[in-house]
Amino acid sequence: MRAFLEVGIVLYTLVSVLGSFVKTVEHGFPHQPSALGYSPSLKLLAIGTRSGAIKLYGSPGVEFMGLHDENAAVTQVHFMPHQVELVTLLDDNSLHMWTLRGHNGLSELLEIGRFTLTGPPGVTRVTAVLAHSSGELLLLGTEGGHVFVVEVPGFRELEERNISLDQVSSSIPDDYIGRRNLEHVEALQENPVDPDQVIIGYGRGLMVIWDLEKKLAIQHIPATQQLESVCWTEDGKYILSSHSDGSYCRWMVGGQDMNEEEKSDIPYGHFPCKAISKIVQLPTEEGPPFLLFSGGMPRASYGDRHCITVIHGKTHVALDFTSRIIDFFVIRDGPQRTDPSALVVLVEEELVVIDLQTEGWPIIQTPYLVPLHSSAITCSHHVSTIPLKLWERILAAGKHQNAHYSKKPWPITGGQNLAPDPPQRDLLLTGHEDGTVRFWDASGVCLYPMYKLSTAGVFHTDADPNDNMNQGTEGEWPPFRKVGCFDPYSDDPRLGIQKIHLCKYSGYLTVAGTAGQILMLELNDEAAEQTVEAKVVDLLQGQEGFRWKGHTQLDIQEDPVMFPAGFQPFAVVQCQPPAVVTALTLHSEWKLIAFGTSHGFGLYDYQQKNSVLIKCTLNPSDQLAMEGPLSRVKSIKKSLRQSFRRIRRSRVSLRKQHLQEANARLEAELAEMELAPVQRKIEARSSDDSFTGLVRTLYFADTFLSDSSHNTPSLWAGTNGGCVFAYMLRLPSVEHRADEPVTAQLSKEIQLMHRAPVVGIVVLDGHGAPLPEPLEVAHDLARAPDMQGSHHLLVVSEEQFKVFTLPKVSAKMKLKLTAVDGSRVRRVGMAWFGSSRTEDYGESGLLVLTNQGDVHVVSLPHVKMQVQYPCIRREDVSGIASCVFTKHGQGFYLISPSEFERFSLSTRCVVEPRCLVEAPLHSGCSNQHQSQPDGASSTHRYINLEVSLFSSSKFTHFTSSALSLFNEYFNRISILHVLHITIIDML
Amino acid sequence: MNKNHRVPSSRSLNAVEVKSKFGAEFRRFSLDRSKPGRFDEFYGLLQHVHRIPNVELLVGYADVHGDLLPINNDDNYHKAISTANPLLRLFLQRKEEADHGTFGTDSLTRKKNTVLSAVLLRPDHNKKKPPVIISLPKDFRPVSSIIDVDILPETHRRVRLYKHGQEKPLGFYIRDGSSVRVTPQGLEKVPGIFISRLVPGGLAESTGLLAVNDEVLEVNGIEVGGKSLDQVTDMMIANSHNLIITVKPANQRNNIVRSGVGGGGGAASGSSGRSSDSSASYYGYSSHSAAASIPPHIIQNFPVGELESDEDEEDLVIEAGGEAEPIRHMASNHSMSSLPRYEPHLNLRTATTPSPDRAMERGSLEEDGTVITL
Repeated sequence: MRAFLEVGIVLYTLVSVLGSFVKTVEHGFPHQPSALGYSPSLKLLAIGTRSGAIKLYGSPGVEFMGLHDENAAVTQVHFMPHQVELVTLLDDNSLHMWTLRGHNGLSELLEIGRFTLTGPPGVTRVTAVLAHSSGELLLLGTEGGHVFVVEVPGFRELEERNISLDQVSSSIPDDYIGRRNLEHVEALQENPVDPDQVIIGYGRGLMVIWDLEKKLAIQHIPATQQLESVCWTEDGKYILSSHSDGSYCRWMVGGQDMNEEEKSDIPYGHFPCKAISKIVQLPTEEGPPFLLFSGGMPRASYGDRHCITVIHGKTHVALDFTSRIIDFFVIRDGPQRTDPSALVVLVEEELVVIDLQTEGWPIIQTPYLVPLHSSAITCSHHVSTIPLKLWERILAAGKHQNAHYSKKPWPITGGQNLAPDPPQRDLLLTGHEDGTVRFWDASGVCLYPMYKLSTAGVFHTDADPNDNMNQGTEGEWPPFRKVGCFDPYSDDPRLGIQKIHLCKYSGYLTVAGTAGQILMLELNDEAAEQTVEAKVVDLLQGQEGFRWKGHTQLDIQEDPVMFPAGFQPFAVVQCQPPAVVTALTLHSEWKLIAFGTSHGFGLYDYQQKNSVLIKCTLNPSDQLAMEGPLSRVKSIKKSLRQSFRRIRRSRVSLRKQHLQEANARLEAELAEMELAPVQRKIEARSSDDSFTGLVRTLYFADTFLSDSSHNTPSLWAGTNGGCVFAYMLRLPSVEHRADEPVTAQLSKEIQLMHRAPVVGIVVLDGHGAPLPEPLEVAHDLARAPDMQGSHHLLVVSEEQFKVFTLPKVSAKMKLKLTAVDGSRVRRVGMAWFGSSRTEDYGESGLLVLTNQGDVHVVSLPHVKMQVQYPCIRREDVSGIASCVFTKHGQGFYLISPSEFERFSLSTRCVVEPRCLVEAPLHSGCSNQHQSQPDGASSTHRYINLEVSLFSSSKFTHFTSSALSLFNEYFNRISILHVLHITIIDML
Repeated sequence: MNKNHRVPSSRSLNAVEVKSKFGAEFRRFSLDRSKPGRFDEFYGLLQHVHRIPNVELLVGYADVHGDLLPINNDDNYHKAISTANPLLRLFLQRKEEADHGTFGTDSLTRKKNTVLSAVLLRPDHNKKKPPVIISLPKDFRPVSSIIDVDILPETHRRVRLYKHGQEKPLGFYIRDGSSVRVTPQGLEKVPGIFISRLVPGGLAESTGLLAVNDEVLEVNGIEVGGKSLDQVTDMMIANSHNLIITVKPANQRNNIVRSGVGGGGGAASGSSGRSSDSSASYYGYSSHSAAASIPPHIIQNFPVGELESDEDEEDLVIEAGGEAEPIRHMASNHSMSSLPRYEPHLNLRTATTPSPDRAMERGSLEEDGTVITL
């Protein structure tokens, strides 16, 4: 035992040395994107956000992220042509140069310079940026109408080359609308065939072709409408300009009659139109060119649409996006790299890539940047090490759903992904407000959508299921086509998914929702028609005097419903009252599910499809529990409605003075409310507090509940009021499982004196390790629990961790959290910290996230605090609430509605982008950015660091067995995975 | 019944004849003088013979002088048995109805009947109000105390609130605020936590030791500096069964001044009955009037380790079909009962002694019982 303890200490020391807390990668779609850039030579996409982040994406797995020190929005992103540098312009008028620098054989995104134009802000505010193809010049158009020329890298102003407004305006023909102010520089474009020529487009409409070498204007293009964008065609012969009235014009370059546009059109004309914010024309190898522009919709009828129009020959489609368009670009390939192959559109909530070479222009599924929030995420569930069989079946089910996607491979292919293949298959399940559950491949850097399950089909809802599918009717003008999947408007909030539990061995899935519905689903490879059997469970158990004031339950379809291949429901349990399900667990070996709401909990046998146990935990004096989750919102609405009614009534009765009085009173009340400081009541918890009966956690365990010689199946439930119930379950033998009833008998009830909510219950076996999951041992994937030694019960409340003996419950050890530092447990998870030495040795630890946003590791079974890392800002309540731990010491939390941050506390499981981007070949300076992979030297450094850490005095008292472990460990370091290097770099 | 009415047949010398009266009923029985047993057994016996198992009782006996004296511990029980001659006359009263004024040794001068009539002829309205009862400390349960007076700066006060087992709410609110600190750089405004409201009738208010706008400096020995209002709230609630808050009172006039003997002993200081021996102590109370007039509190000291007392950590386990039993925490050596569990003999000490050892503490108990005010 003693040796065991020592090793435990050693490993934890290793954890604290190696497993330092790392935030590894962000999954999902960046919150509030504000700029888009693309490098055709690097094949990298760049997205800037309003919070000052810059993110680069290439082929799947190639990801870089940088953050500007200034907390200002990124307004423009420009790659330097044929180089690995890019320039960002921020809201605060600063320019930043970034590069992809090689380091240890990997690339990293680094900021290498910053620059702000000096001068009065009205004059020097940058409005347009042109990264010149020479790679040495940056042209900056400003609000004052000047164009500044800056040499890069280094940001040296070349004053002699600046193009001042005076130089330009002196050459303007007199007849150009009375020579009014030209306004700011709206657009800067380089002539694709002559790098010395640039076109400067002014806000007023005038465009000037300027020769950089000769420093003079070659041609004036006197457009009269407010300019929105300019595009120089590939051959350099034409210039397209788009304008704020929804028109675009084509101008011949170097033509004789300079003042006449060759072609002018308002595509959605007649009635006033909105501006065309960007226009691009691209030729094809053979056939007509592509014309693409965003906006230009008729203001009155379709002013609220977010559209990009694509015209190719006779095909004309107005792609109707789900949110505001930030920017778009076209990827081109073909022999000459000229044929447009894909349209990449960044809208506020998603990235859409459209295959322009396949008939019908289907969408290419994005392997990253997937909008997690296409319906708001309501819960998440992580399952590690999925068996291959189940993985393949889920993938196959997902394939059926992706039939409408293009077969083309992902067109953005820059960089190389050097990360090793993920060691295991991990699944992240997210539950959404619209009743869907999405399955994500969370094994690697790319959070890839695998399969989407919709539970709405089981219920009658008001919504038309084909609502989103209706395409534009024949002959409609403009010819709209809806694209994108962002759809945040839930038809029925009751469908929202609240709890998910998947058994990875049996393929059984249970999900529970907002209106007390619990669905049992089974994976079926074929589409099938099913009648879903419903069972109503009254959790109030005849408690008198309660009236449910919340929402009604969902109506279940009684007729057989056709379900597509994938997870198909076969049983539904409906809690009564239909309150949100707060706890859910599944035991696939015993074929039981347990569920809880604010009123009580129940046990359901899904083989016999009947209810085994119902327990009401409601405190008779708790009235709040009878209000549904919506009732508070409703009450605000209701009170508003009532006050309006009151106002109306008083108007009718023409007693205005009353109204005024009421208003005055209301104002006074409001003022008082604002003045009163925030106060907190200090009161011991009592059994009369609201929601004490809310079931917070449910747990199945095969342990010694009644006597120390016979282990029995048991169900454990913990409530908000610090109460733990333990039931002994009696399961019929396997052959009689289908017909003999399962019984449950209350065996123990523990009332924690501090009455804090119970957030986790775990039974530890004789070795102090948590009991394995159901079927885990049967599948030879876990060691059988030690049934010889005495089991212990670990009860985690929001305030403390407490270990009790079993079967006689007496307190053995505890760790107080709240009483000592004022933080409370928000999330808790068991994690296996694998030793780097051997595959099968490691220790279980408890991962804890507090309401202060700190992550703690608590050792088991001695409940000792090991390490603590700040993880989430304490103000980020939704981030803390969304956190989910994996079984291998990683975790996810939402940093925005659309992004998961992944973090790791383990050495063995670190998933982070490791990628290399090489400069394009024809760039002269490519080699300097490619450093030699020097993994060997860095490994060396690593060992030195280790030794110096371990030789400090506190490690001197270890026993020899522990030391030998160290030695073996060091031996392994010499063949160390690259994976550790970065961690140590961070140390 | 018949058993209780049994008249002792053999009046051996060893037997003590007991005649016990409760209300209008008498019970007679006998006890072995040489083996009287313990008081609680005796108490249980009384409850049994009167068939009043759940009634809390005050037990009194008439001693040789005719005085009505209490029996409430082993010592005076044995005294009563040993002095019985041979009849021991007992008078039982319900605790809640008890007329404490009837006990007393000064009744020597009074006629026997007068004393006994107080019991026999119940409430005599013409009688003057009974004097303040001085009872044994174990009959009290502490509600609050000022602790660590010797180690804290004079401007601070460490208050312990005993919430356990009582229905009274703690009853106070805290808020954010800013306080001014003196630093080497000069005055500095720092965020602080303050008491914002006291609930009338709550424990906090009834102690008189906490007041609105007092700054909270520590909770159970942990500084609150740098912690948010919510964190401090959670800490206080987590410690609510045994809450120790160190405050800087907004009103600094009632502070304990330790330099020299304070002057302002007002009229009430006389009533504190301080023994003259205490003049040997270094410190006095500057304003005894304030200390004495406010509701119950005890000034005492605790070893630091005790700030994190575990005493209330008994969880209740109900075994199926069995009865509830409290879990005793293994580390805790306190035995908990539902009745007063607090043993002031060990902890009570005079705050005026700078660094006493246990013996001195106990010795000074008699002197400075004064601090127990009613």
